[in-house]
Amino acid sequence: MRHAIMQFAPVFPEIFVLAMVSLILVVDAAVGHRQRHLAYGLSLLTLAGAAFLTLRGFATAPGLTLGGLFVDDPLSDVLKLFLYLTVAAVMIYSRDYLRERALYKGEFFVLALFALLGMMVMVSASHFLTLYLGLELLSLSLYSMVALHRDSSVATEAAMKYFVLGALASGMLLYGMSMVYGVTGSLGLADMAAALQDGTDLHIPLVFGIVFIVAGLAFKLGVVPFHMWVPDVYEGAPTAMTLFIGSAPKIAAFAFAVRILGQGLEPQVGDWRDMLVILAVLSVALGNVAAIAQSNLKRMFAYSTISHMGFVLLGILAGSQSGYGSAMFYVLAYALMSLGGFGMILLLSRAGFEADQLDDFKGLNRRSPWLAFLMLLLMFSMAGIPPTVGFYAKLAVLQAVVGIGYAWLAVAAVLLSLIGAFYYLRIVKLMYFDAPVDTSPIAASADARVVMSVNGLAILALGIVPQPLMAICIHAIGASF
Amino acid sequence: MTYTTAIFYFFAAILVFAGLRVITARNPVHAALYLVLAFFTAAGLWMLLEAEFLAITLVLVYVGAVMVLFLFVVMMLDINLEKLRQGFWDYLPVAGFIAALLMIEMALILGSRHFGLDVIGAPPPHPADYSNTKELGRVLYTEYVYAFELAAVILLVAIVAAIALTLRRRKDSKYIDPAQQVRVKRGDRLRIVKMQSTPKAGRGESGE
Repeated sequence: MRHAIMQFAPVFPEIFVLAMVSLILVVDAAVGHRQRHLAYGLSLLTLAGAAFLTLRGFATAPGLTLGGLFVDDPLSDVLKLFLYLTVAAVMIYSRDYLRERALYKGEFFVLALFALLGMMVMVSASHFLTLYLGLELLSLSLYSMVALHRDSSVATEAAMKYFVLGALASGMLLYGMSMVYGVTGSLGLADMAAALQDGTDLHIPLVFGIVFIVAGLAFKLGVVPFHMWVPDVYEGAPTAMTLFIGSAPKIAAFAFAVRILGQGLEPQVGDWRDMLVILAVLSVALGNVAAIAQSNLKRMFAYSTISHMGFVLLGILAGSQSGYGSAMFYVLAYALMSLGGFGMILLLSRAGFEADQLDDFKGLNRRSPWLAFLMLLLMFSMAGIPPTVGFYAKLAVLQAVVGIGYAWLAVAAVLLSLIGAFYYLRIVKLMYFDAPVDTSPIAASADARVVMSVNGLAILALGIVPQPLMAICIHAIGASF
Repeated sequence: MTYTTAIFYFFAAILVFAGLRVITARNPVHAALYLVLAFFTAAGLWMLLEAEFLAITLVLVYVGAVMVLFLFVVMMLDINLEKLRQGFWDYLPVAGFIAALLMIEMALILGSRHFGLDVIGAPPPHPADYSNTKELGRVLYTEYVYAFELAAVILLVAIVAAIALTLRRRKDSKYIDPAQQVRVKRGDRLRIVKMQSTPKAGRGESGE
């Protein structure tokens, strides 16, 4: 019995992150109660080191390793780099918030890095096993991060809901995977696509499996009708955790969907496209309409997430490389907007004040014109108003949808986003034309302000010059499929 | 009907019965014991599938360790099942309807028409000297080492999360770090205050 020696070089970023998490775990247990900043600094160092390793081993073509469980391709490398950036921004934004609420503990950073590891595994998975294990690693870390605020009954309730529904979704996903395995006889995505290419006489069980996979996927993405957990978890979790859940995992979920549907089940695109059409239309509709009624900003952003994820699905359902590329652009742009939106809530909050009500943003222009301007950019981008990145992202997705002859779908999505523009612009109105309710100075730290400025200006810059990022997305998809 | 088919139906019937009793038994200890029975019969079914190692692991790990722990917990906690079961009969019609619907749908698709032996042939039986354990051991640390390590990381997350969510330092705890006690110096505890000595008023006069 002989085995080829495995290529470990492509897995260096994952190995590095795991080693560093273990180190942080030990260091924090030993001196964590005296050196509060140690875990924070080491976590940022981990992200920088992982980014260096990923850049150094940047793949030009897909390469399978570790027994075909792991794939290193441009898509995974680009997404990993964006994951590091997102997680780093999350940590910088949430530091002060966590410290004021006695949550500034090593566990937060350890769990966040474990979640990152899970996302990295998902992003470069080429096998049902790794996809599922990465998803579980991510989900388990997220459940416990939400519950970390033990004295808050709302957070505990949110964690419980998230856990129960997440477990149900995992069960559905696994059931669907087992059906597809039964039909194709393979768990590896490439073998699966090859087996399906010739056609199968087990069409009905295959579609049955795809239905379950899509339902599980929809749960994880949080799209209608599997969205029930999203508003409750977003509102109940401490804002720092909401920021984390709302940004990086969406990138990983996109990769998850594209890997399963676009790579493994690519020959069955006719089967899953109609399912995604239904999910996408319902999500864009419900997300935009229900958000109008919210007075809590976190809850409002939760509904906004639902509609944005609907747009991501629109890109995926095109089933073409330009469709996947535009969906990737959309999800990266959304991660940036979500970071900014929740980051702003964190910046305005202070000890004993959450700043998560709409009224808390009244008259922000008079308190801090710069932050109000950045928030204006964020809201314009979420609503899809030019010249922000949100406009270009929506445009690219809609082009892909029109490209496959679903013009009615594009029209419906545009009309529904117009409804959604109302509640984004309402925040702009509150910031600029209303008198402030709360006049205490904004206690955001300097580094968080700098990151927020970069974040807001990136939204503007990418809206004016979207081509480079779009080219990266198209190249990453093109070279990986 | 061959002997193995008869065994299969026998075990399957016990498994379904035990599964039903787990959710209908009034006494939580009985429910846990029925779960043990369910695991045991499931292990028997796995044995028929030539998955001997997994069958024995199921008995050893789940029945031997997990369920015993479960029984302890169930006995120690005073669970009021009547309260938990409130509304059971109200939800039963809807839940039962959906369950029946799912059953029928699954039977239609997963029945012998699509997954029968004439569609997908039976896998060839292994020879008597085939070792299930050896086969698993061969791939676990070679082909599937990545998945295996990931499973280990997930367990580590579970440990970290369980400790982070349950470990509480009592605020009124009088715990003192022994290392600090040993390291203590005289200067930390004792303060010598220099004071001007002043003659007591009145004594001088009485001495005169």
